[in-house]
Amino acid sequence: MLYSDTVESEVLVHKPWFVVSIFALVLLLFLVFNLTGTAVGELMRPVIGDPLQSGLYGRFAIAFAIAAIFCLNLVLIGFASLRLQIGIVWLEVLLLLLAFFAAFHLSLPFIREKLPFLIAQGLVTTIYISAISIIFASIVAIVAAVAKLSGNGFAYAIASFYTSFFRGMPLLMQIYLIYLGLPQLGFVIDAVPAGVLALSLCVGAYMTEIFRSGILSIDRGQWEASRSMGFGFSLTMRRIILPQALPVIVPPMGNMFIAMLKDSSLVSAIGVWELTFLARTVGQDSFHHMEMLISAAVIYWLMSICLELVQSRVERRFARSKAR
Amino acid sequence: MNVGQGNEAKNVSMSRLISEVPVDLPQADSIPGRASFRQEQAAVAEDKIIEARKVSKWYGTFRVLTDINLNVRKGERIVICGPSGSGKSTLIRCFNRLEAHQEGEIIVNGIRLHNKMRNVGEVRKNVGMVFQHFNLFPHMTVLMNCMVGPMWIKGMPETAARRNALRFLERVRIPEQADKYPVQLSGGQQQRVAIARSLCMEPAVMLFDEPTSSLDPEMVAEVLETMTSLARDGMTMVCVTHEMGFARAVADRVLFMDTGRIVEEGKPQDFFTNPQHDRTKLFLSQILSH
Ligand SMILES: Nc1ncnc2c1ncn2[C@@H]1O[C@H](COP(=O)(O)OP(=O)(O)O)[C@@H](O)[C@H]1O
Ligand SMILES: [Mg+2]
Repeated sequence: MLYSDTVESEVLVHKPWFVVSIFALVLLLFLVFNLTGTAVGELMRPVIGDPLQSGLYGRFAIAFAIAAIFCLNLVLIGFASLRLQIGIVWLEVLLLLLAFFAAFHLSLPFIREKLPFLIAQGLVTTIYISAISIIFASIVAIVAAVAKLSGNGFAYAIASFYTSFFRGMPLLMQIYLIYLGLPQLGFVIDAVPAGVLALSLCVGAYMTEIFRSGILSIDRGQWEASRSMGFGFSLTMRRIILPQALPVIVPPMGNMFIAMLKDSSLVSAIGVWELTFLARTVGQDSFHHMEMLISAAVIYWLMSICLELVQSRVERRFARSKAR
Repeated sequence: MNVGQGNEAKNVSMSRLISEVPVDLPQADSIPGRASFRQEQAAVAEDKIIEARKVSKWYGTFRVLTDINLNVRKGERIVICGPSGSGKSTLIRCFNRLEAHQEGEIIVNGIRLHNKMRNVGEVRKNVGMVFQHFNLFPHMTVLMNCMVGPMWIKGMPETAARRNALRFLERVRIPEQADKYPVQLSGGQQQRVAIARSLCMEPAVMLFDEPTSSLDPEMVAEVLETMTSLARDGMTMVCVTHEMGFARAVADRVLFMDTGRIVEEGKPQDFFTNPQHDRTKLFLSQILSH
C-alpha cells in the first residue's frame, strides 16, 4: 500500500464538492451519448413516455437518473469498510460486464454443449504449453542473467545477443522461424515443441532482465559478507542473493506469467489445438463465433485470476521477513 | 624474523622471504647449534597470522596503497586509524582478498594471497570480518545468520551448529534475540550479531572495518565492550576505528595511515602522547578535539 498519513482525513466521496462535480461530469457524459434508443431508454418509458419521441427531455432525464444512481452508489460505498468496498465495486463492475455480454444474445445451449471439449482439449493444452515454457524460460533466464552480470566477455556477448534478438522480434515471427525454419536445417519439429521452444526463449529473454535487476537490487554488502565468510559464488547466489531478490522479482514475474499464458495463444498460428485455436474453429460452422470467443476469454481471465492469487500469496509470504 | 618451516603451504614464499630476513640472520647458518635456532624461528613464524610485505595497490592509475609492511602476530591487537580515504578499508580488505593487491606479498595464516589462488575459501574461513554496515543476512533469523557459516563451510551438523551459534550469541550477550530477524534489532545489537556470526567460524583473526561508525552514540559502547572482551580473551584483531579510547585501552600497536601509506606506528602510549609526524599530530588534534 501507499504510505498513508495518520492525520484524520474526511472520506473523499462524502465531500459535497466532490459528489457534485462527479454528478455534473456523469450528467454531461450521458447527455453527449444519446441513450434514448437503448435498453436504458426502455427502462425509463414510464417517466419519459415513448423513448424515441422524448427528445432532449428524454435525454436529460436518462442522464440525470444515471448520474443520481451513480452518485448515490458512490456515497453509500463510502460508508463501507475497505474489504466490503472492494467487494461491492468488483461485483458491480462484473454485473455491468455481464450486461455487456448479454447484449450479444449468446446461445447458452451451444456453449454448454461445446464447453467440455474446449476445456478438455484447449485449456489443458494451453496450461501444459505454458507450464513447460515457464519452467524452461526460468532456467534460461537465470543462466542468462548471471552471464550478463559476469565479467566474462563471451558469456556477456552471448546472453546480450540472445535477449536482444528475442525481445526485438514479434513472438509470432519467432514461432514461425522455429516451426518453419528449423526443418530447413534438417530438424523436423512438431508444432507443440516448436511452440514451447519459441515461448521459452522469448519469455526467457524478458525474464533475464527481471532476474538481472533483482540480483542488482541487492546491496553489495551482502556479497561481501557472504564471500568474506568463505561462501563460494554459487552458494552465495542460491542461498544469500536470490532469496533476497525474490520479493523484488515476484511482482514482475507474476506479470510475466500472466502475459505468457495469453501469449501462448499465438501458437494457434501453427495449428496447435489450444484454447484460442479451438475458440476460433469450433463455432465457425454454425456461426456461433461469439459464444466460443467469449467462453475462451472468460477461461483465460479465470486462469489469470488464479495466477494473481498465487502471486499475492507469495508476496505476502515474503513480506513477513521484512516486517518490523 | 620469519622463516616458515615445516609448513608446505609456506614453502612457495620461502625464497622471497629470505631477502626480508634481518641482516644478522644469514650468519645464523654458520653458527653452531643451527638446528635449535631453526626451531625457534619456526615457532615465531607459526605465530604470525598476517604478514604484508611492500604491498601496493592501484585503482586504475590511482595508487591506493603504497609499500605497506605489516605483521600481525597471534593474539596481537592492532588499531588502524587515519583520515577518510587514506586506504584503511582497502588494506584490511586485502587481507581476506575482498580486494586484490598488485605488488608485494600478503600471507595470511600461512597461505600466500595471489591472483591464481584456488583456495580463497581456505583463507576466508580463518579470517572473520565485521563491516561498518553489519551486512547481516536479512532473510534469516539471527540464529540462522550464525549457523550458516559452520554448516555450509565446515559441514557442521545442524544441531551442533545451533549449539555453537547460541554459545557465541551468549558471548556477545544477546541469546534472547536468537529467533528475531535482523531488522527487528537495534544497530548495536545487529553489530554484535555480526561479531557473533564471525566468531562462529572460530577464525584465527578478526578484521573490523569501522564497526561503530554507523551507530548511535549510546550503542557504540556496547559494541566496543564486546570487542574489548574479545581482546581480553586473546583474539587476534585488526581494527580500523576512530575510537581512540578503545585504541588506548586494548591496542598493542596503533597504526596511522595517510594517502595509502603507514605514516606512523607505535604503542598506544607513545602514539597518543608523543606522535612523531606532523600529519599524525594534526589528525589526533582533530579527532580528540571533540
Ligand atoms: N572501487 C574503487 N574504485 C576506485 N577507487 C576506490 C575504490 N574503492 C576505494 N577507492 C578509493 O580508494 C581510496 C581509499 O579508500 P578506502 O580504503 O575506502 O579509505 P578509508 O577506508 O581509509 O576511508 C579512496 O580515495 C577511495 O576513493
Ligand atoms: Mg573505510
